[in-house]
Amino acid sequence: MTTVKPIATRQAFGEALAKLGETHKEVVVLDADLSKSTKSDLFAKKFPERFFEMGISEANMIGAAAGLALTGKIPFLCSFGAFISGRFDQIRMSVSYTKAKVRIVGTHAGVGIGDDGHSQMALEDISCLRTLPEMTVLQPADDLETHAFIEELAHHPHPAYIRLTRQNVPRVHTSANKLKIGKIQSLKPGTQLLVLATGGLVGNSLEAAHELEKQGVSIEVANVSTIKPLDAEFLREALKRHKKIITVEDHYVIGGMGGAVAEFMAEAGHGKLHRIGVGEEFGQSGTPEAVMEAYGFTTPQLAKRFLSFHKA
Amino acid sequence: MAKAHNSISTEKLQEIARDSRVWILKAITEANSGHPGGSLSLVEIITSFYFKWLKHDPKNPNWRERDRFVLSKGHGVPALYTAMALTGYFPVGELMNLRRLGSPLQGHPDRVRLPGIEASTGSLGQGLSVAQGMALGLRLDNIDSMVYCVMGDGEIQEGQVWEAALSIPMHKLDHLCAIIDWNKGQIDGQVKDVMNIEPIADKWRAFGWNVIEADGHSFDALDWAILAAKENAANKTGKPTMIVADTLKGKGVKFMEEGKNAWHGSAPSREQLEKAIHEIMTGERK
Repeated sequence: MTTVKPIATRQAFGEALAKLGETHKEVVVLDADLSKSTKSDLFAKKFPERFFEMGISEANMIGAAAGLALTGKIPFLCSFGAFISGRFDQIRMSVSYTKAKVRIVGTHAGVGIGDDGHSQMALEDISCLRTLPEMTVLQPADDLETHAFIEELAHHPHPAYIRLTRQNVPRVHTSANKLKIGKIQSLKPGTQLLVLATGGLVGNSLEAAHELEKQGVSIEVANVSTIKPLDAEFLREALKRHKKIITVEDHYVIGGMGGAVAEFMAEAGHGKLHRIGVGEEFGQSGTPEAVMEAYGFTTPQLAKRFLSFHKA
Repeated sequence: MAKAHNSISTEKLQEIARDSRVWILKAITEANSGHPGGSLSLVEIITSFYFKWLKHDPKNPNWRERDRFVLSKGHGVPALYTAMALTGYFPVGELMNLRRLGSPLQGHPDRVRLPGIEASTGSLGQGLSVAQGMALGLRLDNIDSMVYCVMGDGEIQEGQVWEAALSIPMHKLDHLCAIIDWNKGQIDGQVKDVMNIEPIADKWRAFGWNVIEADGHSFDALDWAILAAKENAANKTGKPTMIVADTLKGKGVKFMEEGKNAWHGSAPSREQLEKAIHEIMTGERK
């Protein structure tokens, strides 16, 4: 990890989108009364004629984004991930089945948002959206990766969902050069355990692994920023190097990135998996720090959980 | 380059409507599955657009300047397929492949499988939102085309429709014209008994739409309504148009008109088809 000041991926998104608007005239943006929170307001201020305020009407916004895509525009539609994935049928029909190349941006991922509590926390969005044929599902780990993905999404051939954090996250990449949709990147080498982390918990996972390194436990950490399509080549090779894999995500373990890895490993027929995420329970209010601790996502807690699976 | 066939006579349109009803019922009978009631109620509306008012080119379905026609009540698609076949999008014989495995003529419209279909629909309540996006996109590109969207009357029970009803006037999309096929029936019974949506026209007026009420089986009435919608767009009123088309479910076939919702989603038998074709072609209602 570098010493750059931590920044929320939603903030990086807003900046990247405003930049993308300069070079891509077809980019249009829709928001449902949350532009200050999703940071799409940065685009709106710069390109008001290409920004559509859709009011608190997410279902209609999804359909309208599809219609814009069908006239050749590149629509980015923005809201909290919880509110967007809740309009699943509109995404299923008007975006996915229609093959409308809409870019769905869901911010406020997971319990990491803290204060507002469960109703605003996207916890099932990955599970829902990755069932849809040809839907790309992304969760960048830091600002560099967010910039790279937003730029690539201007030309991406499929509908896509990109999941972003409300809270600041540390930079885990050293350069944006090799950050591409579809690739799992190893961030730290290690021989005894593989940690596959995604989104807001990549930084903590990496830090936890470095802590354990000092205690003589060698853990490889990789960033799964493209959850669908899953990087099968990386996972096949990884299963040759490792017997034990842990997945880490601020999302329900059912159907999330851990679910996707579980499906892969079950079909591969070997490897032992432990999934860290939110279990069979709801989110709740509290300071982000207190909530992260309540769900076992702080760096010391992750280190402890990694160690106990390593020893198991 | 295609243009609106404004010169076609009402008699000719009526003849096409008759033929269309026969094709629709033949296709549904052949598939042994489909929605005859809500397809027959659409015939004059769709015939009027595809043969007279719609700016389209069947040989070039992706023509940028075309008008867009979104069938939000996707279950009425046999009427749309028939109009598309008769205007040359694909051979008429293809209609007999309705609902067959691998056919571009899916049970509900699929824009990926069939060029000329503007939006994949069938889960009700979504087409008007997609039409809104098309109208926004066309306006950004300074393309003066109309966007039409046909909904069912039962369909407007969906909440999303009212999100779009609020949003479209707010965005001043005067080139968008929606049509409600007010055929008064839905699967579980009469619309007024299942979930009353009347008064329809007053509701849309209250939402800021330019509302026109018309007989949905009269070509002259539809001419007047569609012309008014186009004038409304030309005058840049900032208001979208809603045509409430008064129709009859199963129109043109006595036993379907009288059977009402029994014919929402079931196919006629071969004998019933013969009887229906005889009635449509001769006008003898038994």
